[in-house]
This record gives sequence, C-alpha cells and structure tokens, in this order.
Amino acid sequence: MRGLPPAASMTHETTATDAAVTLEASRRRLIVDGLGIVASAIGFGLVYGLSAREAGFSIVEAVAMSVLVFAGAAQFAAVGAVAQGVGWPAIVLLTAFLNARHLLYSAALAPWVARTGRPTRSAMAYVLTDEAFALSIAHFRRIGRFDLRGYWYAAIVTTFIPWNLATIGGVVLGGAIADPGTIGLDVVFPAAMAGLAVGLATGRREIVAAAAGAAIAVLVSLAWAPSGGIIVGGLVGPLLAMLVPGGPMRLMSPAPLGVASGLASTTAGVVEEPEASGRDPDIGVAP
Amino acid sequence: MSLDLVLLAALMGVATYPSRAVPMLAPGIERLPPPVLEYLRLVAPAVLAALAAVYTMVVIGPDGQPEFHVGVEWLAVALCLAVVWWRRNLFLGLAAAVALTATARAVGLV
Repeated sequence: MRGLPPAASMTHETTATDAAVTLEASRRRLIVDGLGIVASAIGFGLVYGLSAREAGFSIVEAVAMSVLVFAGAAQFAAVGAVAQGVGWPAIVLLTAFLNARHLLYSAALAPWVARTGRPTRSAMAYVLTDEAFALSIAHFRRIGRFDLRGYWYAAIVTTFIPWNLATIGGVVLGGAIADPGTIGLDVVFPAAMAGLAVGLATGRREIVAAAAGAAIAVLVSLAWAPSGGIIVGGLVGPLLAMLVPGGPMRLMSPAPLGVASGLASTTAGVVEEPEASGRDPDIGVAP
Repeated sequence: MSLDLVLLAALMGVATYPSRAVPMLAPGIERLPPPVLEYLRLVAPAVLAALAAVYTMVVIGPDGQPEFHVGVEWLAVALCLAVVWWRRNLFLGLAAAVALTATARAVGLV
C-alpha cells in the first residue's frame, strides 16, 4: 500500500470503521469545510455590493436583493441588466432561468427531508443555494441521515449571513474593495464544488455521474449558456450513470453504501427499508 | 433613498422560490420508485461536478458568448481535489487552491 494515498488504500475494515462517523464528528467537519465557503461568500458579497452601488442601487435595494433572492449569479445578472435598462419582466425571467438548477438540489434533498414538517421544509427551501446543497448533502451522507442543524449551518451560517453582511460592506465601502480574484478567492467556489463532489463519488455510478455531468455541462455551456449547461449536466449525468452496474468502489465513502447514500440501497441497487434511529428531533432518517 | 428596486427583488424572489421549494414540498416524495430515488441520489455528484467544471473551464468572452478557458484555475481545482482525496479535508484543499492561484497571479503567470 506504500505510495498510495490513504483513501486509495482503504480496505473494507477501514470503511466499516469510518461508518461509525458520529454526528458530532461530521458536524465538526461541516464547520471546517464551511470556512472556505464563508471566505468566498464574503469576497463575492463585497463585490456584489460594490457592483450594485455602481449600478445605482441604494443600500436597501442591494440588501433586499440579497435577502429576497439570495442567489449570487442571478443578483450579478440583475445588477448588470438594471444598469443597462433592461425591463423588469426580462430580468425576472432571466432569474427564473438562472436559478432553475435549484430544482435539482431540492429534488435530491427531498428524500432526506420527507419526514420533516412542511413549515421547516419551506424555510429550508428559502435558503437553498449551491453551497448549502453541497455542504449539507455531503454531511447527510456521512452520517446517513438528515440533520436540520447541519443544514442551517450550511445554509445560513456559511452563506446567508456572510453574503448579506458583505453586501452591506460592499455598498458602504465602495471602491476600497479589492478584486477577490487578485487573492485567488475566485477559485474557492469551483474548488469547493469539486472537492465535495469527490466526497460523494463513492461508487462507479457516482463517478460516472460526476464525469458525465461535468463533460456534458461544459459542452452545453459552450454551445448554449453556462446556466443551461449546469442543468443539462445535472440531469443527464445521472441517467448515463444508471446504465452502469452499481459497484462497491468506495474510495472516499465514510459509510457503507446503503447508509452513506441516504437511500438504503444494497450494492445490487435494491432499495430496502432503512433502519430507524436518531433521538434528536432535528435528525431524521433518510428514507 | 430609492426603494424602487425592492419590488424587483421581491419579484425575483418569487421567481426563484418555486424551483427551490416544489420538489422538497411535493407530497409522497419518499414513496418514489427505487430507480427514481437512485437517480436523485446521483444528481448530487453530477451537478456539483458540473458546477465545478463550468466555473473552471467556461468564461463569458468580450462578445458575451461562452468561451473555453484554460488557466491556473484548472491547476488550483486539481490541487484541491488531490488534497481532499489525500487528506480528506476540504478546507486544506481550498487553502492550497487559493494559495496557488494567488501566487501564480502575483508573479504574473496568468
């Protein structure tokens, strides 16, 4: 095994040991993983605030967009569109298109949150972002269950609060803000998404889904639009992956497939009833 | 202080919320057939990889059209992947990616 990365040299014994990942251990990892997202949210929140100010937004208008829309790409697009005098209906349509990828996140999270109350799910949906989805689904799969506190941390602490505070900072500080790209903060988002995808690539199907999703997304982005590419990659990648036989190639899995997946599937792909557990009222069992 | 765009923000929020909420609030989601649940399980790695790839490899050119991009961001993301795979620590991977990018840009490599 010498010379191989620790993850690559895992045996079934080590995987089984990792299956005992506790809720607290996973939450600690979630907190540490979220620190990079916080830095990214602050950097780009500042730039958004500055852009909004330069486009003529008042501080209330800029913050209203960060609170009510809470979607970076759509907000940047709206700022540019407003500055160019584009009509509101077109901006609203553009927003719906740019944010349509959230359908995928919401659908992927739905089985995990099915036993959570509707008001809670409604609130969860309000703060669902790329970052919240990526951090929380990795956390749920590590522990094999839903964890509401983990979700709130991923959605609110790492993203909503920093993004909104940075929006205010951007409007107030104005031109004193440096471009986050000069200190490399612009790579945090794609690097974080890639790093979290690696953590989810626990079998052949996941790897094929990730590789196909990435390749299709880039091709469609170049031919059409990046937002469309992400949606098409996210939709078609899993379809191609389902053509591949499932297998226990768990290079990074913290738990046996059925538990880690959150869908209680066996290696043969048959979904079984999950084992009920979890005394914390905020913690549900994945269906 | 102008408040005109608060209404626009509210309309944008209204346009965004259904995509975030409808699947999560749909009744009976837990009773979907196993192949559909398996599909949904695979959405996460696919869409995260798609986001990473598009944000790394595609930029909007001066003419407003998407363009294929090759740059230090590729190395930075690859370094992050390697660190995450090796150390299983995303924060370390992000720190390495940022350090590489900032260094490369500081010395004028990109």
